[in-house]
Amino acid sequence: MIDDFLLRALVGGIGVALVAGPFGSFVVWRRLAYFGDTLSHSALLGVALGFILNINLTLGIFIICQTLAILLFVSQYQRQLTSDTLLGILSHGSLSLGLVALAYMDDVRIDLVGYLFGDILAISATDLYWIYGAGGVALLGLMWIWKPLLSITIHEDLARVEGLPVDRTNWLFLGLIALTVAIMMKVVGMLLVTALLIIPAATARRFASTPEMMAILAIVIGCFSVIGGLLGSYYYDTPSGPSIVVSGCLLFLLSIIVPRK
Amino acid sequence: MNKALLNLNAINLVLGERTLLENINLQLNPAEIVTIVGPNGAGKTSLLRVALGLQKPTSGTVQLADNITIGYVPQKIHIDPTFPMTVRRFLALAKTTHKKPFEELLAEVGAEHIIDAPLHTLSGGELQRLLMARALIRNPNVLVLDEPVQGVDVHGQSELYSLISRVRTERNCAILMVSHDLHLVMSSTDRVLCLNQHICCSGTPEVVVSHPAYAQLFGKHAASHLALYVHEKSHEHNHALTEHDHSHQHNQFCEHLEGKKSD
Repeated sequence: MIDDFLLRALVGGIGVALVAGPFGSFVVWRRLAYFGDTLSHSALLGVALGFILNINLTLGIFIICQTLAILLFVSQYQRQLTSDTLLGILSHGSLSLGLVALAYMDDVRIDLVGYLFGDILAISATDLYWIYGAGGVALLGLMWIWKPLLSITIHEDLARVEGLPVDRTNWLFLGLIALTVAIMMKVVGMLLVTALLIIPAATARRFASTPEMMAILAIVIGCFSVIGGLLGSYYYDTPSGPSIVVSGCLLFLLSIIVPRK
Repeated sequence: MNKALLNLNAINLVLGERTLLENINLQLNPAEIVTIVGPNGAGKTSLLRVALGLQKPTSGTVQLADNITIGYVPQKIHIDPTFPMTVRRFLALAKTTHKKPFEELLAEVGAEHIIDAPLHTLSGGELQRLLMARALIRNPNVLVLDEPVQGVDVHGQSELYSLISRVRTERNCAILMVSHDLHLVMSSTDRVLCLNQHICCSGTPEVVVSHPAYAQLFGKHAASHLALYVHEKSHEHNHALTEHDHSHQHNQFCEHLEGKKSD
């Protein structure tokens, strides 16, 4: 018999892999890995916000990620700082601010390691609702903007001249990424969110000849990473988030070794 | 006279401290080929971006004819090798109702062999032809090309220019393009604008090539049809040209340029 907590972990992990595959593909194509890091590093600030406002912590994380995404989007119009410097400031600034804010709250004791590296075995039924509810919204949204987003990924100005709603699509995409990051937190933790976004997608690349195929393969590979990591964590008592990432890396290595047909 | 497809009126563009474009007037008539030449940083790309509506000018107006459909061929397009996209799919992404088979379209630009190739494996010339095909999908009556021969060898360059002329004759399509080298485009352009923030001179290629302002920008060699100019030297002044008929004008341009060195 499977324990309840293990079953919840499995269902939650697969839910996250479903969302991470397609979004991770875009993160790889558009070179947004550092951007993803920045969003996820702000999550602790979201946790603090959740405690202050006494709301669901995932909602708090989502609000902060969303705010940061908007801030980053607006700041791309300034020319003072290069974007990776700006990302670095916001990324580490928000991480540190989150830690300081949480330390300030005397009555709050959180499992910091759980937030940093994820705690999939502690996923609750509420977490599952979040993962599948918000994850479903994120996936539907992505399907809606899929085609224009592909065009924008190829060449933004070309898409604009052809009359595509470039700004609206970019805004929506950022919002959906923020949502994805917020629900992935629980499974792999803020420091490893980007890993679960990009490793399955990078693994899928060699076997895909269309963007859609790559996204679907990334989902499948993500699911295997989650299952592998979960089993390792269950039987050998290793930390769950890192175990998932390790099994993802092993699959990636395997994909490089396997000769291409 | 035909109604202009595109009409830029007294365009000024200032970004931050830099004046990129100064009082530009530009008219593009149906089936006309207009080439913009100028040194690096002269504002050529900025001017195209204004014409395409991608950049709002600081002042001035951009008027488009009602029936205009613009096809845009960007300067370069970077496809990340992680992005699995074939030529066929890339063409299918164009927003259009036009149903000409992609094979025919690629044949028109001389690139039918690449139809199933992944984008990131294309050579510079193939990519330019593909971008042209993509622009033509929408049946444009204006084609805007930003340095269409960049990264293509000399032989490929003249082929591309003759393709551009053919597009104009066969499709009756007006063309606005940017070029580094006037000599290669000379035979396939009706009108040239010599740009260095402002329009230094304009007219038929023959007129522009012998214009003192053109010599000023591109050096004596370019002016004497040797086409040997090194681009980095384009700001060097050549005072040997004062024997020219328009010497008074030349001095005026000279001052103009001195005050406006870009970058």
